[in-house]
Amino acid sequence: MNTIGKYLLSITALIFITSCGNNNNSNNSGAMSSSKAEKVYVAPGEHDEYYAFMSGGYSGNLTVYGLPSGRMLKEIPVFSQFPTSGYGYSEETKPMLNTSFGFVPWGDSHHPDISQTNGELDGRWIFINENNTPRIARISLETFETEEIIELPNSAGNHASSFVTENTEYIVAGTRFAVPNPQRDMPINEMKGQFKGPLSFVSIADNGRLNLEFQLNMPGFNYDLAHPGRNKSHGWFFFTSYNTEEANTLMEVNASQNDKDYIAAVNWQKIAEYVKNGGGEKVAGTYAHNVYDEKTHTATSTMKEGVISVNPKDVEGAVFYIPIPKSPHGCDVDPSGEYIIGSGKLSTDLSVYSFEKMLTAIANKDFVDDSYGIPVLSYENTIAGVVKQPGLGPLHTEFDGQGNAYTTFFISSEVVKWKLGTWEILDRQPTFYSVGHLMIPGGNSRKPFGKYMVALNKITKDRYLPTGPELEHSAQLYDISGDKMELLSDFPTHGEPHYAAGIRADIIKDKSKKYYELSENEHPYVAKSESEATVTRNGNEVHISMTMIRSHFSPDNIEGVKVGDKVYLHLTNLEQDFDVPHGFSIIGANTSEILVMPGQTKTIVWEPKREGVWPFYCTDFCSALHQEMQGYIRVSAANANTPLKFTLDE
Amino acid sequence: MKQTLKLIALIISFTLFNCGGSEKKEEVSYGKKTPEVKVKASERIDLKNKGVGPVTSVDLALVVDQDMATHGKEIYEKMCTACHKAEKKFIGPSPKGILSRRTPEWVMNMILNPEQMVKEDPLAKDLLMEFNGSPMANQNLTKEEARAVLEYFRTL
Repeated sequence: MNTIGKYLLSITALIFITSCGNNNNSNNSGAMSSSKAEKVYVAPGEHDEYYAFMSGGYSGNLTVYGLPSGRMLKEIPVFSQFPTSGYGYSEETKPMLNTSFGFVPWGDSHHPDISQTNGELDGRWIFINENNTPRIARISLETFETEEIIELPNSAGNHASSFVTENTEYIVAGTRFAVPNPQRDMPINEMKGQFKGPLSFVSIADNGRLNLEFQLNMPGFNYDLAHPGRNKSHGWFFFTSYNTEEANTLMEVNASQNDKDYIAAVNWQKIAEYVKNGGGEKVAGTYAHNVYDEKTHTATSTMKEGVISVNPKDVEGAVFYIPIPKSPHGCDVDPSGEYIIGSGKLSTDLSVYSFEKMLTAIANKDFVDDSYGIPVLSYENTIAGVVKQPGLGPLHTEFDGQGNAYTTFFISSEVVKWKLGTWEILDRQPTFYSVGHLMIPGGNSRKPFGKYMVALNKITKDRYLPTGPELEHSAQLYDISGDKMELLSDFPTHGEPHYAAGIRADIIKDKSKKYYELSENEHPYVAKSESEATVTRNGNEVHISMTMIRSHFSPDNIEGVKVGDKVYLHLTNLEQDFDVPHGFSIIGANTSEILVMPGQTKTIVWEPKREGVWPFYCTDFCSALHQEMQGYIRVSAANANTPLKFTLDE
Repeated sequence: MKQTLKLIALIISFTLFNCGGSEKKEEVSYGKKTPEVKVKASERIDLKNKGVGPVTSVDLALVVDQDMATHGKEIYEKMCTACHKAEKKFIGPSPKGILSRRTPEWVMNMILNPEQMVKEDPLAKDLLMEFNGSPMANQNLTKEEARAVLEYFRTL
């Protein structure tokens, strides 16, 4: 009997194996797709190899993804209020969104860039710019929290930002919408020669502190994108500009008249030296500088006045224009620093400039023109090569560190791989659809990690299940380790990821903070233990310092609050363990909940409008007894004499 | 073919029957056990169990180290009193007299390694249930701090 059974079993197994083998042999794409699946598969409990930080565009935030899985790990609030954590709603974080225009609850985030040392990503901070109310933010890659936001005065449309020099000396901000500088009431159609396009240089101290050092008061073209020189071109910055026509209306036609616009080449080291020696003039300009302190868990906003303005004509040999075909957009520098790639988005060719040729032309005073006193170099004497007819609508270029460049083409919807130096096209792959930026982790540094490339597409259409008229933008992951690019997967991104920055996970993941030390908490209303929990009244202001731990608040019964009071609820999370946040919300509060990390203190304001007994509760499922984590505040009439009383378990 | 299939079915059912049989046997032997009266985990005395965690042996001097106990009291008040009170059962049990019921190693392991303790240590498991599933929070004390807290417990 046994023998027969075994015999049968082996035959069955054989049929199975053979049929599987046959399937594989006869269906080639099946085998291919299974290997692609393996390339993006990150087994349960395992970690991705790379972090990818995607700009959130009009969400104002920055999202964190894992690569190659494409899993979204976190959304970091930066320029927008974020009820998920209470950012921009809590008393401690409201100052982060302060500007010279008052409190602005929203921003349009664009281009993240990671701090560098010697041209390599060091993973200390990530910076991101805001386009609408010109600002730059610095985010800690230990806490993944926004620590600092600086506003840029005298500017508009901070698009050419937030690109960082190779030792994190400076980040730049541009002016995409030329404006009167100083701002004044004047007829719009008199803009020519009157408007300006200041380029801001913000220094970064060792502790990360940002400082607006100077503004280069450039002619009023639209400074669109930028990249710092690397390696041999370290010390220079390159900005593309369009609308050298200085048109003020129907720009899509009127700003596309000139055959060539300009790349501005700026020797920032020279200008920094000039300013250090007392150069430049202090001009008016009001801007907010907002700093979050990790010890007090509180942000402060300082309104600053005045900025050093530098006239480019005043610094000999520091600012030049290089002609570039038709309305350029992207401006990228290869890892060696020799090649500057300018993408004329209405041009059919891709222009690559040589840094050395540029220096020679400058030394020889080989100028063909001047524009508002700024020397214009000749196209022919600065060009290193042209990538002929690579596609339609070139936008942005990144590098793999193997001598190859990857350029996106918006109109023909593809990424083209080409060789630096020979300018030959090696490969092209379609994107779905209409790619804007692309990102290779480290791809704009001296040392790219040339394994993956992400295409950040502007149009999604049919790539996912339809979700009504509004769709999340699609991203596509390519394996670029071989000769040909291989499309591995699609995944949706939040908001509009204009640009992204990626880094090998092991550079930062072990430094990631797990909780805040309670003993180091210097918040003025912290309660470091339940015995420090307290309620105090000062006129109609009531301050409640309340603690939270699994799974109760202390105090959890409060009486003596009155209609018309302004109640500050200061919540301290007493936990000292990884991933044990507690939340807090109360009915009738005209603000969001707050999510309080272990060891942290956060505050929301509650202005009770009606008498009654009002419950509050923990919003984050914290333990088996999370549902029991709740309490009551009794609110009496404005003229009542209910004594102030706060208790737990009495 | 049919014949062999039938045979296989027979083999399978025989195996199943066998399993059932052994289960029955177990039930019988279980039934013979005398039911024990469960003492509450918090009141149970176990002076052998050292718990699960980084602490395998603790030397307690005959006399309480007062400096260490004072330091331990400070830490206890900051990090533990949200859930433990000396005079009463609160979120968790009172630490009063703990060393007459537990080994010092068990106490320190419960402070330093609560996640694993409530999963693997039979006493800690029962305590979790007795205290309504309220987890003992890991407050990330150092070994020295936990040792000082233990010294303070000796003074209660």
